Formats: sequence, C-alpha cells, structure tokens
Amino acid sequence: MEGLSKPLPLRVRSIIVSVAILVCALGLWELSIPPQQAAGELTEYELLTGGGAPKAGIPPPSQVMTKAWEQLSDPFYDAGPNDKGIGIQIGYSLYRVLTGYFLAAAVAIPLGFLIGMSPLMYRALDPYIQILKPISPLAWMPLALFVIGDSQASAIFVIFICSIWPMLINTAFGVANVRKDWINVARTHELGSLKTAFIVILPAAAPTILTGMRISIGIAWLVIVAAEMLVGGTGIGYYVWNEWNNLDLTSVIFSILMIGVVGMILDAIFGAVQRAVQYAE
Amino acid sequence: MAKSFLSIEGLAKRFPAPSGGGGPLTVFEDVSFSIEKGEFVCIIGHSGCGKSTIMNVLAGLDEATEGGVIMNGKEVRGPSLDRGVVFQNYSLLPWLSALKNVTFAVKARHKNWSREEVLAHSYKYLEMVGLSGGAELRKPSQLSGGMRQRVSIARAFAIQPELLLLDEPFGALDALTRGTIQDELLKIWRGTNQTVFMITHDVDEAIYLADRILLMTNGPEARVAESVEVGIPRPRSRDEIVEHPHYYKVRNHLVHFLARRSKELAGTKSTAPGGKPETVRFGAEDGEEPARPSIYAINQ
Repeated sequence: MEGLSKPLPLRVRSIIVSVAILVCALGLWELSIPPQQAAGELTEYELLTGGGAPKAGIPPPSQVMTKAWEQLSDPFYDAGPNDKGIGIQIGYSLYRVLTGYFLAAAVAIPLGFLIGMSPLMYRALDPYIQILKPISPLAWMPLALFVIGDSQASAIFVIFICSIWPMLINTAFGVANVRKDWINVARTHELGSLKTAFIVILPAAAPTILTGMRISIGIAWLVIVAAEMLVGGTGIGYYVWNEWNNLDLTSVIFSILMIGVVGMILDAIFGAVQRAVQYAE
Repeated sequence: MAKSFLSIEGLAKRFPAPSGGGGPLTVFEDVSFSIEKGEFVCIIGHSGCGKSTIMNVLAGLDEATEGGVIMNGKEVRGPSLDRGVVFQNYSLLPWLSALKNVTFAVKARHKNWSREEVLAHSYKYLEMVGLSGGAELRKPSQLSGGMRQRVSIARAFAIQPELLLLDEPFGALDALTRGTIQDELLKIWRGTNQTVFMITHDVDEAIYLADRILLMTNGPEARVAESVEVGIPRPRSRDEIVEHPHYYKVRNHLVHFLARRSKELAGTKSTAPGGKPETVRFGAEDGEEPARPSIYAINQ
C-alpha cells in the first residue's frame, strides 16, 4: 500500500529542500566561526596588550538574527545623522530609486514610442543610444555632482540615467513590432493616431515595455547602493558603508540581506504588473 | 456601368526591379470589374495572382500602382468605416474580450453613442453570429477558431459598412464549422442587404454563397478574366443546390478554369472593351455539357 501513497506536491517538496539548504548553510556558518579564546588562558602580557578584547570576525548567524530582530522591531528611529533606523535608510533609497526611475519612464516610454513608430527617428537616435547605453551609471557621478551641485539630486540623476536604457529600447522594440494586422484593424476603423497608440499599440507592446521596466528597476536598485556609498548622508548604500567604517559586520550582513529582500519585492511587484498586461495570441 | 455601386478601373500592381537584377514585377494589371449594391461576389484564383492585394486596395490598406476604385461615385482613398474587413487570421485584438473587440469598433463608428447603446448594439451582432451566454466575455485565445471568426464577422457587420470585404474568412476552419458560419453569414447578409466581396479558394463555397464569381488568371500579370453568374435562386440549401441544373455546369466551369485555363490565359490581354471580364452565364436552354472528362478526374 505504501507504494501507492501519493507523493507530496512539488511545491511542498521544493519548500522542504529550500528550508533544508537554509538550515545547512546557517549551521555551517555558525560552526565555522572560531570561538573566542577565554581570557583565563592568556598570559598577563597578552591581557595587557588587549588580547582579552573580542577579536573582530565574521559574526555568527545567531548574532545577525538578533540584530535583525532588534532593527526590525524599531525600523524608524532617528538618533542623529549617523544613527537612523533601517526603515528610514531604505525609505531614502526607495525615494531616490523611484524618483529617478519614474522620471526615466516618463522620458523613455514616449521617446520609445517615437523611435518605434518612426524609422527615421530610430536611425537618427540609434548611434547616441548605442554610445550612451554602455556607460557605467557611476561614471556620470562626477559630472552630475558638478553640473547639478546637489548630491541628493545627483544620485537621482544616476538612477535616471541607468534605468532609461532598457525601458527606451524595449518600448521602441515593442512598438516597432506590433503586428501589422492589428495596425490594419485600427486603420480600417478610422482610429486617429492618438487613439491607435492607446487602443492598439500600447496594449500590444505592453508586455515588452513592462519587461524593460522590470529590468530597469532591477538595475536601479543595484546602482543605488553604489551611488549612496559615494554621495553619503542617507540611504541603504550609505548605511552599509557607514557600518563598515564602524566595524559593525553584523549590521553590514543584516543590511546586505535587506537590500536583497527589497530588490526581490520590487521585482515581484513589476512581475505582477507584467503578468497583468500579458496576453495570449 | 459607371453607375455601379463599386467600380474598379484598370487596377495594376507593379513592383520595381529588385536591386539584385531581374525586371520589374507586375502582379496584376488591367483589373476592371464592378459590383452592384447588395451583390455577393466571390473572387477565385491561384495563390500569387494578387487577390489579397486587390482586397487590400479596396479596403484602402494598400495602394495600386495604376487605376482606381470608385465607390458610390467617390474615389477610395485610405481605409474607411464604410468598408468593413474580415481578415483571414481574424485579427482580433488578443488583450480584449470578444465583446470589447466588437464594442471598440461600434464606438469608432458611433462616437456619440452612450455606453448602453454601444453594448446593446454589440450584443445584437454577437447574438446574430451565435456568441452569447458568457462566451462573449472570453479573450480570443480562449475561443475556438470558429468562434474567433464569428467575433470577427460580428465586428465587421456591427459597423454596418456599405461594403464588406472578406479575405478567405473560412480558410482555417474545419468543414463542419465552416458550413455553419457560411449559413450564418448568408443569414446576416440577407437581413442587412450589404454588399459583400469575398476571396475564397473553395469552389463549392463560392457557388453556395455568391451571386457572381470572378475568376483570375495566374500571376504574374494576372487579370480578372471571367465573371461567372451563378444563377441559382435563393434561399439556397446545401443539399438541394446540387440538384439545380446549373450547379455542375458552374462547378465544372470553375474547376476547369482553375485547373487549366487560368494557366493558359496567364499573361494574355483582355479582348473585351475596357478590360472588363467576360460574362459567363448558364441559361436553361444551354443544354450542352461544357465540361470535359479530365475535369472529373480533378474533382475526385
């Protein structure tokens, strides 16, 4: 009879394996940290030279979890410029990312439409896009700081410049490749160009555009950490660097995890929007 | 003849010589025919003779190199809601439900209608093609090929165009579904008295549906060589139509044309004045058999 029992669903089995991997990894991490030597075994000389003080080392996961609990139970405290809750730091980063990102979308999507609908503009703008696209967004930082003058705005500009390309290119590609039949449907129904754009081209190209938007938000979140390490002041990137300067590796590891979690949430949101505009032919 | 509802005059489509060498290509030329109001006309020809191009020119989606199309005394320039098109691949917008595919067309036609008027009008046409009871709320991808073509036909009829253009509308459907939708098409056509111009590859379909069948010679340099009057009274029924004395005469004539004469006539010039196709009519007194034995072999 046991051979006939139904195997657990794939979903459940995958969760079991995931949890097992987590437990193993955390266990290995915990075990691989050498224990601090007890003060009793030290000579007087060693004690005098500071040998009894705890050595800086990779903190064990238990310590990181304690830190996480501590931070997440009060994420929005504000005790001066160098001591803010993780919620506030992430909030600053999200503010910069979303501002730069939506400014980029506001430029990239209409411009992408133009490029996609006009072969002339496509050819005319293509060389600029090809040159500007591979530039590392941080390379813009000195110029941005000089021209804009404000470090906050410069960080937003860096996000703007890095998230514009995938959206621009995908919008242009999606718009240029809308099926001719659907355009003909619009034409035989005497839709004007604005109506054609909104009733036919935008929904037809939406899955491609959303793919570009999803790639862009991922890049923006990658870049903000580096940008904030440079401009400083606030934000999750600054927080990581600041905790490194404080030699607080527990906080560094905790904030690395938080960067991952926020990135995952952003991607999941755009993934959901992408599924909503997806259509089957 | 200038008073015809639709008149096609000296249409030609040529492509310039390709850069790799070779001469310019003439797909078709001297295509002239006319269609009266309320007529159901089918056009038959082999692939590559430019049937679809002619249809696209009528729809205003494509431009002919020479000649022109006059509908209701006005030259056809660009697409218009006066000419409804049913495309071969249905061309429904896949992100809209069947109902919304129709309402968007109705809204384009009647810009000042209220939501209720648009909905009522759309439902009327969807019910006419047998799409109701929840199926109209599905996306095209969730509908069968036959259902999709029904939506496409409902959309075209719902805008009440003066001329309905059908490009091989039943090509991708199985024989049973095809029969049902043909009947529905005839029913709506009789009810609305619209003018229909349809491309088909199917000889039996053309005889069953059309008042007149235009025959095209093979491309390149194709032309409309003949205009065959079916002459079988309506309403026609699928089983009785074959009993009619004209049925096999018309059918054999069409099959013979497609099997042999379309090739023989390819590239020849029309002898009729103005390039009009030769009218072929089978009268009751026309007793002799126009068919030849070879045709029956092809028919099997």
